[in-house]
Amino acid sequence: MSHAEGKEPEVYFQYEDIDQQQDTYMVGMWSFMAQELLFFGAVFIIYMLYRVAYLEEFMILSNKLNWQLGGLNTMILLASSYFVARAVHRAQTGEMNRQVGWLWATIGCALGFCVVKFFEYKEKIGHGLFPNERFYEGYSHMAADGYTANPDIARLFYSLYFTITGLHALHVIIGIIIFGILIRLIKKKSKLITDFIPTEMCGLYWHFVDLVWIFLYPLFYLIPQ
Amino acid sequence: MSADQVKETEKNYLNADHTIKSWLLTTDHKRIAFLYLLSVSFFFFLGSVAAAMIRIELTAPRGWLLSNDVFNKTFSAHGILMVFFFLIPAIPAVMGNFLLPLMIGARDLAFPRLNLVSWYLYMVGGILVLAAMVMGGVDAGWTFYTPLSSSYSSTPISLALVGIFLNGFSSIFTGVNFIATIHKMRAPGMTWFRLPLYVWSHYSTSLIIILGTPVVAMALLLVVLERATGVGIYSPEIGGDPVLFQHLFWFYSHPAVYIMILPAMGIQSEMIACFSRRPVFGYSFVAFSSMAIAVLGFLVWGHHMFISSQSLYLGVIFSLLTFLVAIPSAVKVFNWSVTLYKGSIQFTTPMMYVLAFIGLFVIGGLTGLYLGSLHTDVHLTGTYFIVAHFHYVMVGGTVTAFMGGLHFWWPKITGKMYSEFWGRLSALLVFVGFNVTFFPQFIVGYLGMPRRYHLYHFAPEWQIYHILSTAGSTILGIGFLLPAIYLTHSWFKGKKASQNPWGAKGLEWTHAASPPITENFDKMPIVTEGAYAYNAEADAAEALREMEAAGKLDATPEGEDWWNKMDESKDDEKEAIH
Repeated sequence: MSHAEGKEPEVYFQYEDIDQQQDTYMVGMWSFMAQELLFFGAVFIIYMLYRVAYLEEFMILSNKLNWQLGGLNTMILLASSYFVARAVHRAQTGEMNRQVGWLWATIGCALGFCVVKFFEYKEKIGHGLFPNERFYEGYSHMAADGYTANPDIARLFYSLYFTITGLHALHVIIGIIIFGILIRLIKKKSKLITDFIPTEMCGLYWHFVDLVWIFLYPLFYLIPQ
Repeated sequence: MSADQVKETEKNYLNADHTIKSWLLTTDHKRIAFLYLLSVSFFFFLGSVAAAMIRIELTAPRGWLLSNDVFNKTFSAHGILMVFFFLIPAIPAVMGNFLLPLMIGARDLAFPRLNLVSWYLYMVGGILVLAAMVMGGVDAGWTFYTPLSSSYSSTPISLALVGIFLNGFSSIFTGVNFIATIHKMRAPGMTWFRLPLYVWSHYSTSLIIILGTPVVAMALLLVVLERATGVGIYSPEIGGDPVLFQHLFWFYSHPAVYIMILPAMGIQSEMIACFSRRPVFGYSFVAFSSMAIAVLGFLVWGHHMFISSQSLYLGVIFSLLTFLVAIPSAVKVFNWSVTLYKGSIQFTTPMMYVLAFIGLFVIGGLTGLYLGSLHTDVHLTGTYFIVAHFHYVMVGGTVTAFMGGLHFWWPKITGKMYSEFWGRLSALLVFVGFNVTFFPQFIVGYLGMPRRYHLYHFAPEWQIYHILSTAGSTILGIGFLLPAIYLTHSWFKGKKASQNPWGAKGLEWTHAASPPITENFDKMPIVTEGAYAYNAEADAAEALREMEAAGKLDATPEGEDWWNKMDESKDDEKEAIH
């Protein structure tokens, strides 16, 4: 591993050498990813069970989601994954400062995702489709637009939709924050960042957030089309 | 030797720095373990107060102390505090934190800062739960079944759930830390099959923690969302399934039972080998039984739900899988028993807890089979039989092992010896008090006394069992209170402990001072033998030699070659220590 900026990576006192330190961080991060997988796994299984139970209703309602906006967000996230992969590559070759641009590009995509999501939510909530007690009033006005599913099941569907995509969006926002912190630490030449591991770990997290969306998008928006 | 030099040699993790800040911002795994010890003891005390209130209330068939409402809140508080804030973190976060790096020969856990974050999350979670209790208390039990917890309860459940959610991430961080540490931080020569069995048990536990906890975190988060926003995932009014919550809850909370018991079993293995001076019989079987329990533990959650709307066929499968878990548990118990066989057993305080554990755990485990069978479970579920069963495993198993482990490693943690007399007395009180408390509950439960009821005026003949139980819990309470007193006393006035007062194997005894220095080891250990290289004959020979040296024996056996070798190895040891 070359260290172009002439800075030797710091080895913390509990490690014997840099290899051990880097390996350990990766094991830790992958363990955390396993945790994240099960965290989202719980909501995926809930979605699956209800979808099986109320298949016809779910088909009608899925058709009413805006697949174009969802598709746009998929593109944005795929692009961000590419940018973050470039950032990790720069970090691995030791060009610490040259990764910053790619990190900014990732943050830009993440913000773009949030903006699109905002408009998507705004449209649904504007129609009174937020699934609380007042849901039925808004939903009854939508019947003419083809929202013909049973109102109770529709409320359940929108509960799942807002909960799961909301949790994912929350992860995107957390991603923006950690990339922001990462950039700041790199700029400050913090002693916390002396090798590629922090970027690689943030990158892993980001790829995972992408991957969740890659499954969410077809499940919610595409399969009934 | 000048005064300065003496001070230098006595430097350890406890006196490295005395400021409060140095404790609250410490990243030393031993100090964090100590913070955890104080905080889990605090929550254990609060949970015990709730238990005492329940026991006092139940002495009269119509109750006399608590209203219906307050009784519900009291048993909920007891369950929440004991399960989430004592049993789950107690052994991993206190003992595991302290011992794991010492046992595998590392200077610290892999991620010391994450370790500190985990303690703070635990504390914030605990404070939120206590706040919920101060604000009126939570009445949905520790299981938070929907729709009671989501729609019908008007108590501050969301606050308590957020507290438990944060606490869950505290244990996830501990789990991640342990997995990375065990994988990557082992000393040279410390291969997987030389690891102490305690480390194996923590590896299995950490796997359960990182794979189970997120699921319950999500399940509880959805209840919070349902209460806060009206988004109804479990709401039967809109076609949601409240039983789904039970599935998700037990998907974690059954494996969580193994989070509580596996480390306890690990402690057992360490102590039983030390005090019978024999290697644990069938090392690899015991190690893999931990892994088997971790895997099978994820496949049996449905046995908590035999009388829910779960399908009968599912019930049959869950019942069968439940019986399978008994196999690795039995492997451990049999292997410990065989380890004792022909061992030279010392009845020290920790060993008394070991033996108490075996007896109580066997009763707890075997009554679990009654509950795992479909037909008997229908009669017994929701009664005091089940209360007695899981207290035999959780208190008779986990708490007993925790107490044993605390006594075993107390000299290492504090560098002080406690009073052996008081130690044995308290172990005896715990064993007797525990049985008097919980054995009558098996009987009264079998007769039909429902759990979570405080009135039984319809069957006043049960009062005798409840009074026995309450009397026993008083003894048990004294048994737990005594160590708090004499251990604290030993901290200030106790005799100084040597590096290895038990003559135990394991890097924490052979290579680290009591108490250890901040970096754990002066010189990084190199491991050349498996765990538990006990040799009772050599020990006896050494004891003989010491007696001879002290003039207690007249004659030296002659022509014994190993005699001189013992002398040499003793000298080597002295050199290593200095």
